[in-house]
Amino acid sequence: MKKFSLKNMKKTTKNNLITYAMVIVAFAVVEFMVNGGMMSSLMQGLLVPLCTYSIVAVGLNLCVGYLGELSLGHAGFMCVGAFSSAFFTKYMANSGMNETLRFVLALIIGVLVAAVFGCLIGIPVLRLRGDYLAIVTLAFGEIIKNVINVLYVGRDSNGIHLSIRDKASLNLEEDGEMIIDGAKGISRISRQSTFVAGVIILLIALFVVFHLVNSRTGRAIMAIRDNRIAAESVGVNITRYKLLAFSISAAIAGAGGVLYAHNLSTLTALPANFGYNMSIMILVFVVLGGIGSFRGSIIAAVILTMLPEVLRGLSDYRMLIYSIVLIAMMLFNWAPASIEWRQRISKRLFHKNAEEVQ
Amino acid sequence: MKRMKKWLTVLMVLALTVGCLAGCGSSSSSSSSSDSDAEDATEGSASADASSDSSGDSSADAFYIGGIGPNTGAVAIYGVAAKNGAQIAVDEINAAGGINGYQIEYNFQDDQGDAEKAINAYNTLKDWGMQILYGTVTTIPCIAVADQSAEDNIFQITPSASSTDVIVNDNVFQVCFTDPNQGIASAQYISENSLGTKIGIIYDSSDVYSSGIEEKFVETAESLGLEIVSTEAFTADSKTDFQTQLQKAQDAGVDIIFLPIYYQEASIILQQADTMGYDPAFFGVDGMDGILTVENFDTSLAEGVMLLTPFSADSEDEATAAFVATYEEEYGETPNQFAADGYDAIYTIKAAIEQAGVTPDMSASDICDALMTAMTEITVDGITGGDAGLTWEATGEVSKSPKAVVIQDGVYVGMD
Repeated sequence: MKKFSLKNMKKTTKNNLITYAMVIVAFAVVEFMVNGGMMSSLMQGLLVPLCTYSIVAVGLNLCVGYLGELSLGHAGFMCVGAFSSAFFTKYMANSGMNETLRFVLALIIGVLVAAVFGCLIGIPVLRLRGDYLAIVTLAFGEIIKNVINVLYVGRDSNGIHLSIRDKASLNLEEDGEMIIDGAKGISRISRQSTFVAGVIILLIALFVVFHLVNSRTGRAIMAIRDNRIAAESVGVNITRYKLLAFSISAAIAGAGGVLYAHNLSTLTALPANFGYNMSIMILVFVVLGGIGSFRGSIIAAVILTMLPEVLRGLSDYRMLIYSIVLIAMMLFNWAPASIEWRQRISKRLFHKNAEEVQ
Repeated sequence: MKRMKKWLTVLMVLALTVGCLAGCGSSSSSSSSSDSDAEDATEGSASADASSDSSGDSSADAFYIGGIGPNTGAVAIYGVAAKNGAQIAVDEINAAGGINGYQIEYNFQDDQGDAEKAINAYNTLKDWGMQILYGTVTTIPCIAVADQSAEDNIFQITPSASSTDVIVNDNVFQVCFTDPNQGIASAQYISENSLGTKIGIIYDSSDVYSSGIEEKFVETAESLGLEIVSTEAFTADSKTDFQTQLQKAQDAGVDIIFLPIYYQEASIILQQADTMGYDPAFFGVDGMDGILTVENFDTSLAEGVMLLTPFSADSEDEATAAFVATYEEEYGETPNQFAADGYDAIYTIKAAIEQAGVTPDMSASDICDALMTAMTEITVDGITGGDAGLTWEATGEVSKSPKAVVIQDGVYVGMD
């Protein structure tokens, strides 16, 4: 039934609706299972991380798929978003502010700070042609991690103290408390990330990217990706549009960071969570899900985040199996022979439709 | 093609949903326990009736102890050691008839040293039916997990997460010294025995353990009137070359270098100092234990290195010797202090259970309440406890005294 009414719609609108529907249906199913007590604690604990990585993957896909620039530092944007929002939450912890309001404000702060950093990096780099963005974002991710590891921020009755040497040089009063404590990061953040919040942020992120890529601005961005000189010749302001897309991409990663920061009671900038490997992991989500396909990014992020946990049954071999599955997925998705095979199978299965599409 | 993709999407979503449901069941049977009846493990909250039935059956005859630590990743050696050390204790206890006649089921899950993964491991163990938590091995994941276990009221004892942030909650207890204690003890020791006049420090500023000790060491050293002439930091990203740090220490005329770091980095520092022809005294903390087992490391370079450690594998103590022998036989290497702390942690759980008189059919929360009281009443001899044994404050902090040893002819020799 639904299909017929959808038939008159524009193809992109239909596609976007399917993505929204997928997220909402997944949300409904999960809520139903949680309320019915049918979901294991492991899966319940995984819900927020799944949202986090989906959001960041969507953000990176905007950068890689539509802007056509490679970013290897999205974990860095996550990191600034996470730390700025957690800083705010920790600072306002005893102010008696409404918790939901505080979380929303923290989210806005995290997103804005990540966008500002995206902008700062973009201004010099996006003017250049070539792979400079990849190099600079890679450096950015590593720098930000190390800067946060030596950052000591505390507060007492005299206000906020900041140091990059050690805790002692802050000279805190008796009543002082540490907010960011060097390598220990921020601890005891109130855990406010819920699955509902995660899904809402994911839907907002999808809404933003869909509207962006289907707008005049989005067409300009894609024009730059496809042919820079042609775009320039018709009067598209290259740097402006590139900067816009990159900042939004960074801001979405920042939103993911906010969700990450409020999910655990401790936040540290370690190579494991905000390092180079995480940036690559997010890129893997994007590449495996299909560059330019936001739905694919979400699916890949969900599968690849869940996989190592589901494989816990294999104990010591699970990371080995995980990498094999990764390679297998990559081959299945992209190897010419596999694409050909998939086409043959689909032809055989849905003979009519396959012909129609081709 | 388009259609095909749609089908694939549906298929994958389906596979995922099935994975959700089946995942918890299959992973629960993966227990690394040595006993075969691990298959009976409860499926946790999977379904209310089923779980109450099965936990009634299976936990009536066994205590479910879950462990968390890094089995893979950068800090895997600590996790594996802690896992193995505890496994030996579990095997011994089970072979000797269990705790008050109840066997132990032991399931150790990997957290890769990451807080988020540790929460996943914790939830996996909850699904498995964990009643007592042994872990986590490293500090940062431990803070995250301690928060969860306090919420669920599950008794937790960590072998080696040494930050004071770990024991903020009442249900968490430590087997190792806290970081500040080690910093203070090291400074006092250097001062009392006048081991050096100009002190240099090389520490890992990106590591909680290392920077925690460094902070207290500097504080105490200042109050004791020790002179620190060079403080050099490195991070997890730059831990293979220490020539700059050593050069600076040498230029400052340092005669004793304090190394509040783990043994791999320490071994590189010793090697590079030797290459440079720089020969100050080195003073380490418990993370230095294990330096004699580093592969391709010339142990003669470690001669004269002093360290504070609660455990020494060469001890003539009977219990320690037996533990070391079993460990070497089972895993083919000399146990380090993580293994020893793990071994003690399991025996501590045993002592606390015996003191409190809890039984496996009680809920995890009731067990936790009883054990929290019992912990302050027990004394565990332990292989890391020295002569006085291990006792606990209600805060969760252990009281044991660090032992200073010096490496001579490839073995630890007590300095007192």
